[in-house]
Amino acid sequence: MTVTKIDVRKGAYHDSVTLLQVSRTVAGTPGVSAAQVAMATELNVEVLTSMGFDIPDTAGPNDLVVAVRGDDDAAVAAGLAKADAELSATSKGSAGGFGEAPPPRTTGSAVRSGSTEVAMISVPGRFATAEALDAIAAGASVMLFSDNVSVEDEVLLKDAAAQADVLVMGPDCGTAVIGGVALGFANVVSAGPIGMVAASGTGAQQIMCLLDAAGVGISNCLGVGGRDLKSAVGARSTRQALAALAADEATSSIVVVSKPPDEEVLVDLEAYAGGLGLPVRWATLGAGRPDLTTALEAVLEAEGHAVPEWPKWLSDNDPEAGSIAGSLRGLFCGGTLADDAMLLAADALGDIRSNIPLRDDLALGPGLKHDGHLVIDFGDDGLTQGRAHPMIDPTLRMERIAAEALDPTCGVLLLDLVLGFGAHQDPAGELAEAIRAAKQSARTAGRELPVVVSLTGTEGDPQGLTRTAETLAAADASVFLSNRDATRHALSFLGSAS
Amino acid sequence: MSEMTSSSPLRGLLSAESPAVATAGVQLFADALREQAVTVVEADWQPPMEGTEAHLAAVMADVRRAEANATAYARMTAAGAELCDVKQAKDALGLERGTFLHAGPPIEWERMSGPLKGALIGAVLFEGLADNAEAAEKALAAGQFAFEPCHHRDAVGPMAGVVSPSMWMYGLRDEVHDAWSWCSLNEGLGKVLRYGAYGPEVVDRLHWMTDVLGPILQQSVRATGPFDIKTILAQMLQMGDEGHNRNRAGSLMLLRELLPGMITADAPSSDIAEAVRFSGANEHFFLNLGMPACKLATMAAHGVPGSSVVTTMARNGTDFGIRVSGTGDQWFTGPANTPEGLFLGDYGPEDANPDIGDSAITETGGIGGFAMAAAPAIVKFVGGDVAFALQATQRMYEITSGEHPMFQVPILDFRGTPTGIDVVSVVRTGILPQINTGMAGRVAGTGQVGAGLVTPPAECFPAALAALAAAVPERT
Repeated sequence: MTVTKIDVRKGAYHDSVTLLQVSRTVAGTPGVSAAQVAMATELNVEVLTSMGFDIPDTAGPNDLVVAVRGDDDAAVAAGLAKADAELSATSKGSAGGFGEAPPPRTTGSAVRSGSTEVAMISVPGRFATAEALDAIAAGASVMLFSDNVSVEDEVLLKDAAAQADVLVMGPDCGTAVIGGVALGFANVVSAGPIGMVAASGTGAQQIMCLLDAAGVGISNCLGVGGRDLKSAVGARSTRQALAALAADEATSSIVVVSKPPDEEVLVDLEAYAGGLGLPVRWATLGAGRPDLTTALEAVLEAEGHAVPEWPKWLSDNDPEAGSIAGSLRGLFCGGTLADDAMLLAADALGDIRSNIPLRDDLALGPGLKHDGHLVIDFGDDGLTQGRAHPMIDPTLRMERIAAEALDPTCGVLLLDLVLGFGAHQDPAGELAEAIRAAKQSARTAGRELPVVVSLTGTEGDPQGLTRTAETLAAADASVFLSNRDATRHALSFLGSAS
Repeated sequence: MSEMTSSSPLRGLLSAESPAVATAGVQLFADALREQAVTVVEADWQPPMEGTEAHLAAVMADVRRAEANATAYARMTAAGAELCDVKQAKDALGLERGTFLHAGPPIEWERMSGPLKGALIGAVLFEGLADNAEAAEKALAAGQFAFEPCHHRDAVGPMAGVVSPSMWMYGLRDEVHDAWSWCSLNEGLGKVLRYGAYGPEVVDRLHWMTDVLGPILQQSVRATGPFDIKTILAQMLQMGDEGHNRNRAGSLMLLRELLPGMITADAPSSDIAEAVRFSGANEHFFLNLGMPACKLATMAAHGVPGSSVVTTMARNGTDFGIRVSGTGDQWFTGPANTPEGLFLGDYGPEDANPDIGDSAITETGGIGGFAMAAAPAIVKFVGGDVAFALQATQRMYEITSGEHPMFQVPILDFRGTPTGIDVVSVVRTGILPQINTGMAGRVAGTGQVGAGLVTPPAECFPAALAALAAAVPERT
C-alpha cells in the first residue's frame, strides 16, 4: 500500500535547476517510488498531475510543492526530511553571524554591494525585465539568460542600457566570455585576437570550439540575444558590442555569429561595421548563406590560418551510405546548431518540420510529431517554461530519443551535445546509454538506427572533448566537432541524399 | 579616472582584468563562476509580490524615477526641523470648534477602533461639548462633529492622535523648504488620551496641560528658542535612542534646552516646578518633537512626479495607510496589523488593538524601527533580541533610497540610517518596513497595554505601485 504526501509551501521560491537536483535526491530515498519538488507553475502542475499527484487549486506559481509517494509512512517521511535538508542547504536566507548584514535581495543591490561590472540574471522570464532594469540602473552590463521576455521589453532594456553605457546581452543569451570569464554556457578556450559578437549561444560555442581546434584564441565573446538582428530590435546590442570590441586593444578582428537575421538589419550593420577600422566577418545563418563551419573556414583563411581537418570519431558499425529508408530526426539542445543543421539538410532533403521552422508552414503542432524529416530545438522558449534548459535537464530529449527509436519512420538520429561551463557535469554517460538503448530497441524492431552526434567542446572543458567523444563512439555513435560535418554524415545514410 | 571611463566604451567592461559578477536566479551559474575564481555576489532573489510584474516593469522603466527619487531623498534629508513656537490648535491650525483631528488615514465613526473612539470621547469632554461619556459618544455617533486626519493639516499625533482646538501644539519649522508642522504635547504614559483613555484623571491632566504647561512651554520657546530638533535626533541615535519607542536621551536633551526659559517664565513657581517635573518624568517627552521633525522631512519629499518614495505611513487603529511622493494625496490602505511584543502587567495579546498612530512617520523619515540597531536596549521593551535589532536596520537598506547623512548608527560604523522607503523595492523584495510601536488596549478607555513590533499590511504597496504605473507618461 503506497502513501502519498503533498506539501504546498506558500511563497517559498527556489530556482528550477536547484529543484531538479532536490527532486532527484528525494526520489532516490529508499522506499520512495516517486517524488517531485517544483514551483507550482502551470507546466509543473501538469507534470505533477501526470505523475498522479493531486495538486490543490490554491497552489500558485510562487508556491513550492513537495510531492512524495512511497511504500509506507516512514519512507514518505524520510523523503520529506530529505527534501527539507536539501532545500535548507541551498538557502541563502538569513545572515550567518551576530549582527551580520543580510545578503542582498535584488540584482541592483548585489551589483552595488560588490561594485560588479556584470550582472547575470536567470530569474523566470516574467520577472526578468525588472531585475535587468535594476542592474542597468546600478551601472552593470547585463547577461540576461532568462527567456520568455517580450521583444518590447527587450527594446526597452537595450535603450536604457545604451543610455547608461552598459550592454544588455540577451534575453535568452546563453553564452559570453569577458576578460577570460565564461558566463553561462561557454567553453574553455585560449586567449587570442578574435573578438566575437553572438546573437546565438550554441552558434558562438560552435565557432569558439572550431577556432580552438584550429589553434586560434578569442579576446572576448559578447552575447546579444537571439533576436538582436531582427528588425524589431535593430541590432541595438550588436552595434554597442562591435564598438566596444573595436576599441579593445586585445581584439584585431571580429566575427559576428547569428541565427538567421533580417536582411535590412544585416545590410545596415555591414555598413556600420565598415567604419570601425578593423575587419568584421560574418557567420550569419540563412538560406543561401554559408553554414557555421564554412563561414568559420573563410574567417580562418582570411586571417591567414590553415583550415585543419575537423576532429571526428566514426563508428565502425555505421550502415552503408544511402541504405536507410526513413527520415532525418534532429533532436537539438542548441537552437543555432538546430538552425545550422536544418539549413544544410533542407538543401538535400527539402522541407523539414520543426518547432523553430524555416518557414511558418513547416511548424510542428503541440505534440511535435510528424512522419517526415524533422528537427526539434528543445531549448526553445515553448519547451523551457517552468523547467531548466535541456543542457542542464535533458529529460525531455531523452524521452524523445527513446520514442524515435520505436518510430518506424525514423531513419537517422542527429543529436547535439554541448560541453563547457554551465552544461551538465558528465553528460556523455547518460547520452551514451540512451543511444545504446535506442539502437537496441530499433534493432529489436528490425531496423538499423545510425546515430550522429554534433559535439561542441574543447579539450580544456571540464568534461573533456576526447573523453566525451570516445564514450559516445563506444556506444556506436559517430561524433563530429563540426556541426556541418555531423549533419552531412547523418544525411549520407538517407536514400534521398547523395 | 573619468577620462578612462569616457574613452573606454561600456564603462571599461572589456578592460577589466576579470569582471566581478552579480547573479540572480539559477545557483548553478554562480557556482560555475566561483569555479573560475571569479568574484561573485549572489542575490538571494525571490519573486516579487504576486501579480506585480507588469507594474514593476512600467514603473522601473519610468525615465523620471531615478532622478525623482534622488530629489525626494535629497529633500527628505535636507529638511530642517526647529522648534519655533507653541500654540493652541485653534491658532496654529485654524482648527474650528467641533472639529477633531485623528491619526492615520480618513475613517468614519462606525469603523473606528476602541482607542480612537475613546480618545474622541475624551476630547469632546475636554472641550466641554458633552457632560458625560455617554452623551459624548451619542453625539459623536450622531455625526455632530467633524473628523479629519492630522496629516491633512500638516500635523501628526501619536497613537489615537486626537487633537481638539484648545490643545497646545509644538510648531516646528523647516527653513530650507519654508514649511511648518505641528504636534500635540505628550501626556506621559499609562492612562492617557492618546491610548484611548478618557477617565476624569485623563481629562483633568489635559486641562492642566492647557492651562499651565502650554503657556510655560510657549514662553520658554519664544524667549530662548528656536531649538534645533534635527540635531537632537542625530545625537540621541548615538546615545541609544531610536526616536520612536525609545526617547530617553532625546527627552533629557530637549529638557536641557527648554529649562532656562521654563524657569524664567511668568508663572507661579509651583506651576513651573510641576511643569518641569512632569516634563522630566516623561520618557517620551521628545516623541512629540521627533514626529513633526520627520513630518517636515517627508513633506519636503512629497509631490515629486515619478517618485516612488513613501512620504506617509499612518494608522487609525483600523486601517494602515501610506502616501507616496509621486501619487499626490491619495491614500493606499489595508487593515492594520496587530503588533507583537511585550505586555504591561496582566495584559496579553487578546487585549491589544490593531496598530494605531501617526508615529510611523519616524520610520518614514528613517529613524524608529529603521534605526533599531542604534538602540539595542529597546528589545527589552518591544521584544526581539539584539541580533534582531542589528539585522532589522540592515534589512531596511534593501527597501530605501539612501542613507541619512546626519542620522548615523555607531555600531554599524556610523552608517547613515536607511531613509526614503521605495515602494518598488518593497514590492520586489516583499520586505515590509519595520515599525516599533506602542500598543493600545482594544477596549475604549483602557490605555496602553504594551509595546512591540509591527509591519504595514503588504497590500498598501502593490496598490501604490499600480497608481505609480498608471501615472507613467507614454514613451516617446
